[in-house]
Order: sequence, then C-alpha cells, then structure tokens
Amino acid sequence: MMTPYPLEERELVVVGAGPAGMCAARMAADCGMDVLLLEEDARCGGQLNKQIHKFFGSQEHGAGKRGFEIARDLEGACRSAGVEIRNKNPVIGGFGDGRLLVRGEEGLYLLEPHALIVAAGAQEKPLAFPGWTLPGVMGAGAAQTLMNLNGVLPGRRVVMVGSGNVGLIVSYQLIQAGAVVAVVEIGEKPGGYQVHVNRLLALGVPFLYRHEVLGAEGANSVEAVFLRDLESGKVRRIKADCVCLAVGMSPLVELPIMLGCGMAYRDCLGGWLPRHDREMRTTIPGIWVAGDGSGVEEASVAMEEGRLAAASAARDAGRIKGKRAEGLIGEIQARLCELRGGPYNWERRQAKEDLGSVTRTA
Amino acid sequence: MRIEEHPILDFSIPRREIEFFLNGRPCRAREGETLAAALWALGVRRFGLSRKKGEPRGPFCFIGRCHDCEVNVDGRPRVKACMTEVRPGMRVEIPGEEGDDDTLSP
Repeated sequence: MMTPYPLEERELVVVGAGPAGMCAARMAADCGMDVLLLEEDARCGGQLNKQIHKFFGSQEHGAGKRGFEIARDLEGACRSAGVEIRNKNPVIGGFGDGRLLVRGEEGLYLLEPHALIVAAGAQEKPLAFPGWTLPGVMGAGAAQTLMNLNGVLPGRRVVMVGSGNVGLIVSYQLIQAGAVVAVVEIGEKPGGYQVHVNRLLALGVPFLYRHEVLGAEGANSVEAVFLRDLESGKVRRIKADCVCLAVGMSPLVELPIMLGCGMAYRDCLGGWLPRHDREMRTTIPGIWVAGDGSGVEEASVAMEEGRLAAASAARDAGRIKGKRAEGLIGEIQARLCELRGGPYNWERRQAKEDLGSVTRTA
Repeated sequence: MRIEEHPILDFSIPRREIEFFLNGRPCRAREGETLAAALWALGVRRFGLSRKKGEPRGPFCFIGRCHDCEVNVDGRPRVKACMTEVRPGMRVEIPGEEGDDDTLSP
C-alpha cells in the first residue's frame, strides 16, 4: 500500500500515559518488550496530575501519596525500565489492519504495532438542563484541572451537582482554593464515602438532598442556578458563577471503535466499553484495553488492569513463558479481585464478570 | 482569579510572565500554562459562539474532549484553547469582543 506518511513498526504500543497506560508500559518493559508509550498531553499522569488528595488503599497502589506524586513515580519507573515516551503525540486514527495514525510534533506518522494496549481513560458525562451550555458550567474534573494544575479558580460561588466521591473531593479542593460551595444531590443520601462528606459538613458546606437542577441562567456565563426540592416542589434560585457536574464518567472508546473492537453497554461502568476477557483482550487479536477506557472504576484498578494487559501481551509475544507467565497473570488477577471486593464495587464487579472479564467466583 | 494561597499547592513560585494579544489587546499570561487557563484567569468566560444559534460557549472539560473552548489563534480557526500552550506574541481572537474581526461568527 502506498502511504504518504512515515511508517514505524513497534513490538508494543501503549496509548495513554495515565495510571493504566504507565503501569502497562512499565510491566511490558520489565518483561523484556520494546515499548512505545503515546500521550496526547505535554505531561504524563493523566488525571492523576490534578489529584492533590492522598490516596486510600494499599502501598503498592500508592496509598498515602497524592495523585501527582504517584504520576511522577510511575513515569520515573517507565523511564528507568526503558519505555520510550512520546508526549504531545495524540493518536487520531485507528485502522482495521491495526495501524495507528499519530499526530507527532513534526507531522503525521503511522504506527504498526505487533501488540497494542489502549488505555485512553474516560470523559465526564454532561447533564442536560436549560443553560447547561453556558460558560461556567463544567465537569468537576475540569474544575480540578483549572485550579490544581493551573492555579486558576473556576468560580467564587460553585454549585456542585452530584455527591459521589468525585463531587465530594472536588468540592473540598474548591474550598481549599478559596471558593464557596453547595452540594446538590438528587438522591436521599450522598453517593460517596462518608469520610469525605464529614469533612465538608465540618466546613459548613450545605448538602441539598432530593434536589434537582432546573436550569442555569446568565447573559454570557452562569450567574444563577435554579434548584427544585423534589419533596416540597419549592424552587430556589442560587447566585453562582460556576456549576460543576459530577454525574459520572464514560470510557473513551473512539479508538477501539475505529479499530473495530466489539463493544458492550454497561451502565454501572459508564456506558459503552470494548468487550474484553479476563486478561483484558478485546475481540481483536493483538489489541488489549485497560483502565477507565475499559469501564470506569478507579485508579488502583486501572493500574492493575494495565499490568494485566501487559503481562498477557508479553506472554502472547513469547517474552514471558510457562509458570512465570501464568503466575504473574494470576497474581494480578487476584489483586484485582481484592480491589473489587466490598459492597461499594459489587455492581461493577458483577458487570465485569458478566462480560467474562473476571474469574467467576463461587 | 488566580489562586494566591493554597494549603497544599504552591502557586507562588515565580513563573515568568509573557505577553499575548486578545482581540488586539496586550494581555499577561504565565509561561507554560494553557491558553484556556490564561483566558479564564483574565476573567474571560465566553470563548466562542455556537455555530448554529450563536450561543455563548466556554470550556467544559479542560482536557481536549468537548471542543467548547475553541478560539482563533494566529489566524487559525477553532483551536482548542485547553490543549494549546500560550506563547509570547500569540494573537487570540474571540468573536463579539472589542476588536472582533468576525472570523468565528456564525
């Protein structure tokens, strides 16, 4: 085939340098693979970079460290393992033959990976109400990017819509940055951990349960938000210059779709996602997925899914063999099982099991 | 609205200031930041107008997904401000503002 673009053949290409992609790249390099890691942004870390809170969980997933510290450590580990990292290199196309089209800093080029791990991450879901397109209405993660990465306050008076962990954590960070926040929740109780709720309650943050957003108004940007109490029907108008939407995320699936991967819809994992087996293989041989792009869970799951996909790819490439390979893959699967334990993760774990992505447990 | 004091992050580290142009007016930005952050810090909320109805639009995602932060940069239309590093001398046009050249008007 004639092509106007330079073509580069690589053993393994990982798309996305967030927690999943960086753990995948590191693991694959440790298994002896030649690894190219592509990242759209100027820095590695993905959404870890704007996480300034200390993570829960276990030591091996960076517990006690802040997100941006975990990102820095993962990137260091990739570099010392010999991973080639290309920042500002977004993948803009994927073809049926497995080739990728990448926008490099000096122009477009094609990649022909023998194995490909897509760790593209997720995007925030919008919420439609009159005025939701007004400037000042943004994702809660968007507000995080603005304040924690750039040091710019998204707004002085913020209405946070949604009380899941993202909504709660970002509310706290908005207050740390100097904003006043009210949390609106359509349900009867908070969606996230009580420990986050308590921190906000201690700061006097109002929680409006059983309230829905009727609309936002303003000439050029948000000036006020209308909320309705679902119990009394009473409508109130709150003066605000920013509305943050923390109503969930959905996997970024453009690339798997372009590549022709089989898809499935699972509401609790964020919607459409590439079908994958218990080693993160998609329906196309040689293509794996990992992290939020394979179903939205959380960062430590993403890290383990990245490692799992990489170990599977390394085994299929003959870089690790026999008992070592099976042992490594089994260990990671066991850790994933543990991470998905507990009632909070039950529904998502079930969904992954139904997809054939998790070993069915008795 | 720059964050001057923060319990965890230190934004006081002196970062070199650069000058760029918004609709012909000279403006200050911090070296290395995105154009979207620089504009938001200046108080710009409306980055563009929607193509069909001409409604105000501003950044929604800040990570290059939503296209709502697109502005005209150095004569190039519909550049994502959140994925573009602000550069010295950069010429940014937003429709409907003073000095508007109507490049982006619907």
